[in-house]
Amino acid sequence: MAYWRVPLDIKKVEVPHGNVHIDKEQCKGCKFCVEYCPRDVLEMSAEFNRKGYHYPVVLKQGACVNCNLCEMICPDFSIFVMEGKPRNPEADEIIDRKDNQ
Amino acid sequence: MSNSKGQILSNKLEIPKSDELKHPMEGYLREERFPHIWCSTCGIGTVLTGFITGLQKSGLDREKVAVVSGIGCSGRAAGYLRLDSFHSTHGRAIPFATGLALGNPELKVVVISGDGDIAAIGGNHFIHAARRNMNLTVICINNFNYAMTGGQAGPTTPEEANASTAPFGCYEYPFNLPFLAESSGAIYVARWTSLHIRRVSNSISEALLKPGFSFIEVIAPCPTLYARRNRLGSGLDLMKFYHDSAIIDHNADTRDIDIGYQDRITIGKFVDKDKPTFLENKDNFLKKKLGDKFIQYTGQNWE
Repeated sequence: MAYWRVPLDIKKVEVPHGNVHIDKEQCKGCKFCVEYCPRDVLEMSAEFNRKGYHYPVVLKQGACVNCNLCEMICPDFSIFVMEGKPRNPEADEIIDRKDNQ
Repeated sequence: MSNSKGQILSNKLEIPKSDELKHPMEGYLREERFPHIWCSTCGIGTVLTGFITGLQKSGLDREKVAVVSGIGCSGRAAGYLRLDSFHSTHGRAIPFATGLALGNPELKVVVISGDGDIAAIGGNHFIHAARRNMNLTVICINNFNYAMTGGQAGPTTPEEANASTAPFGCYEYPFNLPFLAESSGAIYVARWTSLHIRRVSNSISEALLKPGFSFIEVIAPCPTLYARRNRLGSGLDLMKFYHDSAIIDHNADTRDIDIGYQDRITIGKFVDKDKPTFLENKDNFLKKKLGDKFIQYTGQNWE
């Protein structure tokens, strides 16, 4: 969701943050995590793992909000999220500059 | 993180040191057997994740939980869990679990098995365990065919769906499993798909805490046989199909929630009621009949 101006309480709001960890050798390339990540943090790699599958890699470092959906939907137990330090969002992240112009 | 006995040492929200970064469910899995045998995009692994998170949420003691599974793809689930678990013969997961639950009333026994195991070969055991209100939680992973043996038509294959023993399409009426469970006397009946994984895990934690026969059907994609024979794409395409066609309706009448071929899937928690279990009934009845001569069985005083 994009805002058209900077919210007044932006300094007070904290966004949860997660660090995504991927065990690429256990992945079978089902793409569930890439498809269902609400923040589009992941994308499929161009490389193959040892078994010949493409595996997810982190595309947008820092965008993960620790919802754990990838961890729960992964059928191969090959991705998990560790809670990181919550942070204040930056104005650029939440404002849709295209709409303002 | 886990020690050599598989006991969980720390809360998963703690950030471990980088050299000991491990999957938070690793203590619940026999990781020496991984990667598992399930196909790419199969939904059974997702349901297993849902079970483990449901078990964590329910707060039950791991020493007091046992998992029994039957034969089939989903029968492997018991072997991958680092709990007391048993991989029983075809269709006999529920009788084995019944014996376990009666022999040690303190145990919470969970049956994780497939539609072929629970509704076809073990169908009779299923309805009788539900009738007696045995203290079991049954998780039925429904992929609409016998997947491990080559995609034969089973009791849940929808009409018109292609299977290796129904090359022109299946012409039998399929079972409506929530209706079967409710009419047999189950106290908790829910149906989800493997896409609704948070609801699956909440439902499993609720069912684990309910004494009596609880039944959860989880619809899972079978990319290798059901989807391939019916030209439905990969498991990801089936997940997108569940997203589009699954409708959550907790008040739905279980008589009306048949699953047609690539048709609307009604999901939700359909039944949640309380009823005395088999052991409570037995104890109360015999206490009334025998009076002072009655000795209650606790699982320890069996001699």
